[in-house]
Amino acid sequence: MDNQHRYLPTTQEDRKEMLETVGVSSIKELFSDIPESTRATKEKTVELEEALSEQALTRYMKALADVNITTDTHAYFIGAGTYDHYIPSVVNHVLLRSEFMTAYTPYQPEASQGELQALFEFQTMMCELTGMDVANSSLYDGFTSLGEACNLATSAMKRNEVVYSGAIHPQAKEVVGTYAYGMEYGVKEASLDGTYTDMESLKELVSDQTAAVIIQYPNFYGTIEDLKKVKELCDTTKTLLIVMANPLALALLESPGKLGADIVVGDTQPLGLPMSFGGPHCGYFAVKKKFMRKVPSRIVGQTTDEDGKRGFVMTLQTREQHIRREKATSNMSSNQALTALASSVFLSTVGKVGLQEMAHQNISHAYYVKNQLKAKGLEILSDDAFFNEFVVKCNEPIEEVSKKLLEQSIVSGYDVSDYLGVDNALLLCVTEKRTKEEMDTLVDVLTGEGK
Amino acid sequence: MHTTYNDLVFEISRKGRQAYSLPESSIEKTDLDAVIPAHLKREIPAELPEISELQVMRHYTALSNKNFGVETGFYPLGSCTMKYNPKVNEDIARYSGFSNIHPLQPEMTAQGALELMYRLEENLKEVTGMDAISLQPAAGAQGEWSGLLIFKAFHEANGEGEQRKKILVPDSAHGTNPASAVVAGFDVVEIKSNKEGRVGVEALKEAIGPDTAGLMLTNPNTLGLFEVDIVEIARIVHDAGGLLYYDGANANAILGKSTPGEMGFDVVHLNLHKSFSTPHGGGGPGSGPIGVVDYLTDFMPSPRIEKNEDMYKLTYDHPKSIGRVKGYYGNFGVNVRAYAYIRSMGAEGLRQVSEDAVLHANYLKARLEPYFDTPFKSICKHEFVLSGNRQKKLGVRTLDIAKRLLDYGFYAPTVYFPLIVEECLMIEPTETEAKETLDAFADAMIEIAKEAEANPEHVTGAPYTKSVRRLDEVTAARKPVVTYQRETGAE
Repeated sequence: MDNQHRYLPTTQEDRKEMLETVGVSSIKELFSDIPESTRATKEKTVELEEALSEQALTRYMKALADVNITTDTHAYFIGAGTYDHYIPSVVNHVLLRSEFMTAYTPYQPEASQGELQALFEFQTMMCELTGMDVANSSLYDGFTSLGEACNLATSAMKRNEVVYSGAIHPQAKEVVGTYAYGMEYGVKEASLDGTYTDMESLKELVSDQTAAVIIQYPNFYGTIEDLKKVKELCDTTKTLLIVMANPLALALLESPGKLGADIVVGDTQPLGLPMSFGGPHCGYFAVKKKFMRKVPSRIVGQTTDEDGKRGFVMTLQTREQHIRREKATSNMSSNQALTALASSVFLSTVGKVGLQEMAHQNISHAYYVKNQLKAKGLEILSDDAFFNEFVVKCNEPIEEVSKKLLEQSIVSGYDVSDYLGVDNALLLCVTEKRTKEEMDTLVDVLTGEGK
Repeated sequence: MHTTYNDLVFEISRKGRQAYSLPESSIEKTDLDAVIPAHLKREIPAELPEISELQVMRHYTALSNKNFGVETGFYPLGSCTMKYNPKVNEDIARYSGFSNIHPLQPEMTAQGALELMYRLEENLKEVTGMDAISLQPAAGAQGEWSGLLIFKAFHEANGEGEQRKKILVPDSAHGTNPASAVVAGFDVVEIKSNKEGRVGVEALKEAIGPDTAGLMLTNPNTLGLFEVDIVEIARIVHDAGGLLYYDGANANAILGKSTPGEMGFDVVHLNLHKSFSTPHGGGGPGSGPIGVVDYLTDFMPSPRIEKNEDMYKLTYDHPKSIGRVKGYYGNFGVNVRAYAYIRSMGAEGLRQVSEDAVLHANYLKARLEPYFDTPFKSICKHEFVLSGNRQKKLGVRTLDIAKRLLDYGFYAPTVYFPLIVEECLMIEPTETEAKETLDAFADAMIEIAKEAEANPEHVTGAPYTKSVRRLDEVTAARKPVVTYQRETGAE
């Protein structure tokens, strides 16, 4: 290159000196081990888009970003697994600390105590919310956490099948299907009773061959499933109960642990993570003590140093150098440490009382919209026991509804007509961020009273 | 260092403090008893911290001060490519148009995001020499697993699913390779490296057969050595009806110099958090896109992205696809950073990246060779391995060298990996370190080698300058304490 690139410190002079020390005459010699037939040449180059200066880059990327509609200008009533919530300013400021952001996995605990302690605190918070004994330091996202839970369950129970409720997230079903394809176990789906899991259908499918039953809490349609009943069913066949839970809802809902869940997973995106077009989010994974040594990825444990001082280390490791190479039930070697940190900071900031208030606001807002829609004559397909999402039957196709709402600077809910087998079924989400004005506009448009 | 601020966040919590301000709401509060069935309503609130905003910042700042990142100092962790993570990429990923968009909002309202993904895919096709890319896998290990599921689907489509159940993996491979193969439903056959540290053609011929689904290879391998027989290896694998998988963990050595496609690989993953500069974040989030050659595109994860005239859209109708491996479209925010990096470097810049990375590794190796055992003499690519055997005879193990390096202000190399080198130190300097830094590191290593001779106890007692001394990992594993134990301190 003619010019020194801003990320590359090595000068021509440096290169000359280094080559001399190495004892070769040219850079080319350092690449002579690459077979000639596979080398890039003048005729066979790698063609990329042109390089940009920093200013040209930000201008270009800003223009690309500005094409998208965002929460800055639009009120979002869409959830379906990813949510537009309040994120305190401090969260981002902590993430920008480069000692966290630019670190690797804490292989050398003595130089990584900050990360390790933060993850230990994260694990504790996840156990508090879920009512479980042990949580790991995070996985890719909620759906892959669920896949990992299924792998754990089938291997621990030595049973070759899982049964999921028809009311779990459609993408969760797909991911579990892929995991099952890998580990070669069966997957069955219980049907729906309205927006609830059909208990009769579940009963028919669950046998002593079923490793686990999977329930979402609240489920994909927002409905709060009765985990107690499912647990009772599981107990008759010694089947494990896996619960995929929205951690924000757990501020007010009884913890899955207390209701008998064996594994609780989910995504901490509602806790301080921007939606980011679906990622990076952060999976959490919590178990009862008996499964502690089967948990995928990393767990941080407390210990002491040579002077008896408290410290933290990665423990019960199953990865890389230590991974059970040929006997693995998981190949996860990384986690989502930085987004787990974000959720920890979020939970420290919002705290014990704030999280309950925030969850309560979600319920109040969602019920307000539901009651308005119902009062104005629309049918509510999930009328009782929901958190911040419910399903309404609209008067016209959702595509039309969406267009009208966009004109009012509203991003509509998610079209669940095909999933429910009901025409014009719209899954709406109302978070604490929505104002009364936004809610009223939504109601007006959906009920045909809009401008 | 910062011993005053060692408390857990739970220990500084006091009832009544708060650090939040929720949006005001004019909506009447719903009576929870009316909407949540009694037995599903939480009885005891989760014990989360109650602290002020300054306490939040001070707590996490204190923690960050007990952590070491690339901006703290040199991070020579082999096979991890701890290069500089450009700050402007952080700004860009935080543009509202990238961070405050919902994955299920209408495609018409997210064209900029889809265009970015499409363009990133196009660039990665070039870098890898592959015909199609999926950005869905969240990390390298997930890329491996997805790639191997594609192997499986391919063989099944050819009616050979039952027959081809074995994946060949060299003994120098990353631990995730065999683990990924197992969770994709394969049996693993390990291939011994030859004495040059490479996959021997003879060993491969012996291991391969009609039951082989494929071979996983990292090239350059974890010893930092290029598999010089790659063309022959690819031929052998393909002749036997198998497929060839490229673990892209070490792609930083070959950017713009060669491509896995040219080498004969069928499926590739890249670690965007390694070669493409996105921050490791203390363990994640990463991004592990995969690329495949044309005859495997039907099996790619769904959805895929398509350009029609000037419109970008996601396509879901892929009946032969292995399915979805992760929620939505992968770690979009990470992919934004990687695309910004590619646009900052261009093809020529990336070629320079690899040239400097390889030069730096060879330079460090040359400087350290007189003081440490070097099991492999030939030129290396972007990383190399040393053995601490010479020091072990003096009572100083590789782990001790690693801990002592922390006192010199460096992070430690990857240690005891790959498994085939005794007392292994695996060093990857990357292209973004200045020569003075490489020299300072070499000086420290040489100093430690001398300490091992003159005063071994001093090395085995390290570290002395960190917030804690050496930690008891054995007790941590035997009597695990994995959550904060309130008051009693008992388990």
